[in-house]
Amino acid sequence: MLVLGIITALALFASLLADRGRTAAGLRRGLKMFLGILPTLLNVLILVSIALYLFPKETLVAWLGANSGPAGYAIAAATGSIALIPGFVAFPLAALLLKSGVGYAVVAVFITTLMMVGVLTLPLEIRFFGRRVALLRNGLSFIGALIVGALIKVFM
Amino acid sequence: MRKLVEKLGLGEYLLAIAFGLLLLVSRLAGWDFGLGAGRNFWAYFAEMIAFLPLMFVLIGLIDVWLPKENVERHIGPGSGITGTFWIILLAMLQAGPLYGAFPVAYILWRKGCGVRNIFIYLGAFSTLKIPMLTFEIGFLGLKFSLLRTLFTLPVFIGIGCAMEWYLKGRGFTVRDPRRNGSSGMDQ
Repeated sequence: MLVLGIITALALFASLLADRGRTAAGLRRGLKMFLGILPTLLNVLILVSIALYLFPKETLVAWLGANSGPAGYAIAAATGSIALIPGFVAFPLAALLLKSGVGYAVVAVFITTLMMVGVLTLPLEIRFFGRRVALLRNGLSFIGALIVGALIKVFM
Repeated sequence: MRKLVEKLGLGEYLLAIAFGLLLLVSRLAGWDFGLGAGRNFWAYFAEMIAFLPLMFVLIGLIDVWLPKENVERHIGPGSGITGTFWIILLAMLQAGPLYGAFPVAYILWRKGCGVRNIFIYLGAFSTLKIPMLTFEIGFLGLKFSLLRTLFTLPVFIGIGCAMEWYLKGRGFTVRDPRRNGSSGMDQ
């Protein structure tokens, strides 16, 4: 985050020194694109906020912790695919799951689907890639996450 | 009413406006549903507003400065394994949730990045960002993080190859999100 800020500031500074007109054109294009996806992004965040209110973290832990075996994997994959949890919340949550007795493989499925599959962000992804490609990417990532989980089960 | 909404260009913001009203009413009436959802919303909104403007400044600058030939040569359709290496390195140096990667993918595509590398970028961005890895190692341990990384790498490279194979000759394009409606593959 801080690194991104520093890189952006340096790039902006260098660009301004090199050519102010071109910099302004670049900033305008960036802003236009931001405004273009803002409504979709807001809608996604609103849906996620409501979903997270209805299914708080504690509920997730209870679900995942109470189910072992195939049901555990299924629940981990489903919640991971749907939930949109930032990394700084997701990893402490995953550590908590491990501590409460959930296996590494289930945690791997949860983490990987969380990172790679985004059901709630699909509207946004469709804006860029179209419906078919977005669904395909998410579907393949879902299968991939299950494979990662299975491999973790073998090696961990 | 519908016409008025369309005229004002508010159609896309309809849900946001309704949600805003819900928050307002909930605050006045002390309705728990609205207050709780509102708290979540502001947390997500803070996360988004902290890094997305930076991302779009960078994207704008890349757009005006980075020469297309350069991108094409390094990560274009014929760039092979070195292209894969560069695109993964680029993704690892970034931060933020997956939705921040879509606009970057769009600008890379416009600059001539190949189909395979677009999807490898999305995979690497979502699973191998360095700021996120440090978190993962801290909370879940080095062994787990290392193994997960090791197993995820071939998975998303495979997805990139599968997408390239599937989309060949299907007129795939990463779209400008400002344009509404469908085009290309959905027709």
